[in-house]
Amino acid sequence: MTEFKEDVSIVLGGAAGQGIQTVEGILTYALKRSGYHVYANKEYMSRVRGGINTTEIRVSSRRVRAFVKRIDILVPFKQGVLSWVSDRLSKETVVLGERENVEEEFLGRVNLVEVPLTKLALETGSQLYINTTAAGLIVGLFHGDFGAVEEYIRKRFGSKGENVVNKNIEAAKKGYELGVKLCEEGTIRVEVGRDEKVREEILLSGTEAVGIGALAGGMNFLSFYPMSPSTGVSTFAAQKAEEFGIIVEQVEDEISAINMALGAWFAGARAMVSTSGGGFALMSEALSLAGMAENPIVIHLAQRPGPATGLPTRTMQGDLNLVLYAGHGDFPRIILAPGSMEEAFYLTAEAFNLADKYQVPVIILTDQYFVDTYYNLPRPDLGRVRFEKYIVEAKPGYRRYELTEDGISPRAVPGYGEEVVIANGNEHDEWGDITEEAELTREMQEKRAIRKLETIRKNAPLPRLIGSENARYLVVSWGSTLHAVEEAIEKLGRDDVAFLHFSWVYPLNPETKRFFEGKTVIVVENNVTGQFADLLKKELGVDVHHRVLKYDGRPFSVEEVFDALKGVVE
Amino acid sequence: MNLPTGREAFEPRRPTSKDVAWCPGCGNFGIRNILISALAELGLKPSEVAIISGIGQAAKMPHYINANGYHTLHGRAIPIATGVKAASPELTVIAEGGDGDMYAEGGNHLLHAIRRNPDITVLIHDNQIYGLTKGQASPTTMVGMKTPTQPWGVFEEPFNPIALAIAMNASFVARTFMGYFRESVEIIKKAIQHKGLAIVDILHPCVSFNKVNTYAWYREHTYWMDDHDPHDREAAFKRALEEDPLPLGIFYVNEKPTFEESVPAYRVDKRPLWQREPKLDLVEKFFEDKKA
Repeated sequence: MTEFKEDVSIVLGGAAGQGIQTVEGILTYALKRSGYHVYANKEYMSRVRGGINTTEIRVSSRRVRAFVKRIDILVPFKQGVLSWVSDRLSKETVVLGERENVEEEFLGRVNLVEVPLTKLALETGSQLYINTTAAGLIVGLFHGDFGAVEEYIRKRFGSKGENVVNKNIEAAKKGYELGVKLCEEGTIRVEVGRDEKVREEILLSGTEAVGIGALAGGMNFLSFYPMSPSTGVSTFAAQKAEEFGIIVEQVEDEISAINMALGAWFAGARAMVSTSGGGFALMSEALSLAGMAENPIVIHLAQRPGPATGLPTRTMQGDLNLVLYAGHGDFPRIILAPGSMEEAFYLTAEAFNLADKYQVPVIILTDQYFVDTYYNLPRPDLGRVRFEKYIVEAKPGYRRYELTEDGISPRAVPGYGEEVVIANGNEHDEWGDITEEAELTREMQEKRAIRKLETIRKNAPLPRLIGSENARYLVVSWGSTLHAVEEAIEKLGRDDVAFLHFSWVYPLNPETKRFFEGKTVIVVENNVTGQFADLLKKELGVDVHHRVLKYDGRPFSVEEVFDALKGVVE
Repeated sequence: MNLPTGREAFEPRRPTSKDVAWCPGCGNFGIRNILISALAELGLKPSEVAIISGIGQAAKMPHYINANGYHTLHGRAIPIATGVKAASPELTVIAEGGDGDMYAEGGNHLLHAIRRNPDITVLIHDNQIYGLTKGQASPTTMVGMKTPTQPWGVFEEPFNPIALAIAMNASFVARTFMGYFRESVEIIKKAIQHKGLAIVDILHPCVSFNKVNTYAWYREHTYWMDDHDPHDREAAFKRALEEDPLPLGIFYVNEKPTFEESVPAYRVDKRPLWQREPKLDLVEKFFEDKKA
């Protein structure tokens, strides 16, 4: 008998097109409805059919939000899955499935519990139902709420007709009964506590958190060119366009996407573009225009490994330097990197106020791991979302680029007021007309690149410290590694280790320096050189003593962070 | 304070906007006059007009006319103008640039703007040469012309913007020569009034770098189409293929839905986007649905 307690990691693997996503959908929905905390994340190959895709689902009695390497239960839908995840298997791993899907070499090494998924699916009428049967099986192991499974199937397959719905429910039921039986006969035992509060919570993915955050921030225009892994945000916005009465346009290239969004902001819209590193590279010309013209823009950049096409469907935090330095000439920008769904929601909403106020590019850095992750969380509080509008009326005498102390000039939009608004990508005078005058050039450069940047810098929020201010070790993360680091530190259980997380990445408030004083600094980041560690040195003069880096296109697991930190502090 | 009206309203009053950077005798002066007359005769106010330009001599127009303006990047005027119009459909939006701006660097945007059909007017100052960078060949330079960067003579087939636009079923396609003032004003007025993307190729000499296509050359090598029905696409295409003399006038008019009419943003709410607020009730509803 194999027993799992409190926190179970389930991995399902199969070919693209075999319905792994459907299983993931049913499981997370039904288990969350049953009162379990759930977390899900997928990894997939850059192909539409075939290959091997897997999804990890954690089911727990407490809140879980990070990827673990460990696999407790593995459900393979085809040969090759075990080899693909072989470094994640242990003697305790239970493989639930059919013998033909387990490679010869693993037969003696894993804990195989044979379940006749194909036979059960065929009894329902078609092999196609194998994924629904498997989903039912897992829910059965948890004695989950079968009503929730039915509900999900009705929602998901409702449009395909009553027959498809009923067949899927029947298939799931067969799996469910088998799952319950496996527990009753003592083959597998799962003991995970339920938390009634979970039922009232929401399930939200990184993609959705950014998308709905943008809508809460008043986004009413989005232009994009599809690129993995950023496309989900654009798809989300397009699906909501009618309901919210917004403009979402798929354009000819990334160059057009950002320029169109700049035009929309010039006319007063709240516009966003969503892209990935390669697309952003094409946008850097227009980014520079935004800098010179002081045209607000919000950019969501979902990172994937580069250079060039890199690994299109995998993850890395490798584009920090790109967004820090993109564009020619000096101009300020704001870089945000949410680590949790809550941060993604509130920060994306706030990005529009920041762009409007400071008239600079605001870049939201996520990555493939983050956008494809989801878990249950309490519903965000809309009372915390502010809508701040900084548009002024163009009255006679209006000067778009008025020289001001804090570097922020009043921004009017065409059609509001009787005077005109002139914006310019050339160096300009206060009215917006071209100038080549030396003194004025100097003043305008200082206004944008020094005074405005300083205003932003001193108003930048401080990072979040978890743990004691007097700890000996300070573990630093930014963006999507938040939860893996958090859980690893928790597991470490040492009160001399504190954790500092940055979701506001640039520019850094000078006061941030105090968190580092007298500490051994360990930076954890998902790239090959430690781009954020370098930024800390450059911005704050902070010395980073240890860099914990991962750059194989995969996210950090809790175990990997734990092992690395243990190596440093012991 | 009472702001001026009519033609006078469009004369710039800003401190450096009288420092015009065009060469004496440049065709751009004529186009400026034509545009001011067209805007004034349409009864528009400067605050209702937005001129979005790219880079190049033609693209300096926003500084020499009193209207909302955005002097942007080489080749990017069209997507920016599309964004401006989409965000604020009440504005009269004009994208302006030269032949290099619109046909070379911005060629892809022109093609897709025709497909998208925003209600903007695209004015191309076509002098068949690069002026600001001092005389290199442009996409419309004639075969055989020798330039500093094509010393052997241009051998690339010149771009035919009119034929291209008609082939792509553009909404409004016209060509004029700025030496004909009244006719040009009328064409540009019609282009602005046209609902949908209006493309006007405006021939004009570059007195400094193009010694072939002079004022006299354009007069000799162009003619006005008097007997042409612009709703006849085939006839329009045939005319577009004529090379010498070049036909002038409105080649093709094709009424079709605009980008702004097609997006859901204005179906219920007609206000420009800057007047709108986040729909937090719908965000709340989204979260409510995510609970189930």
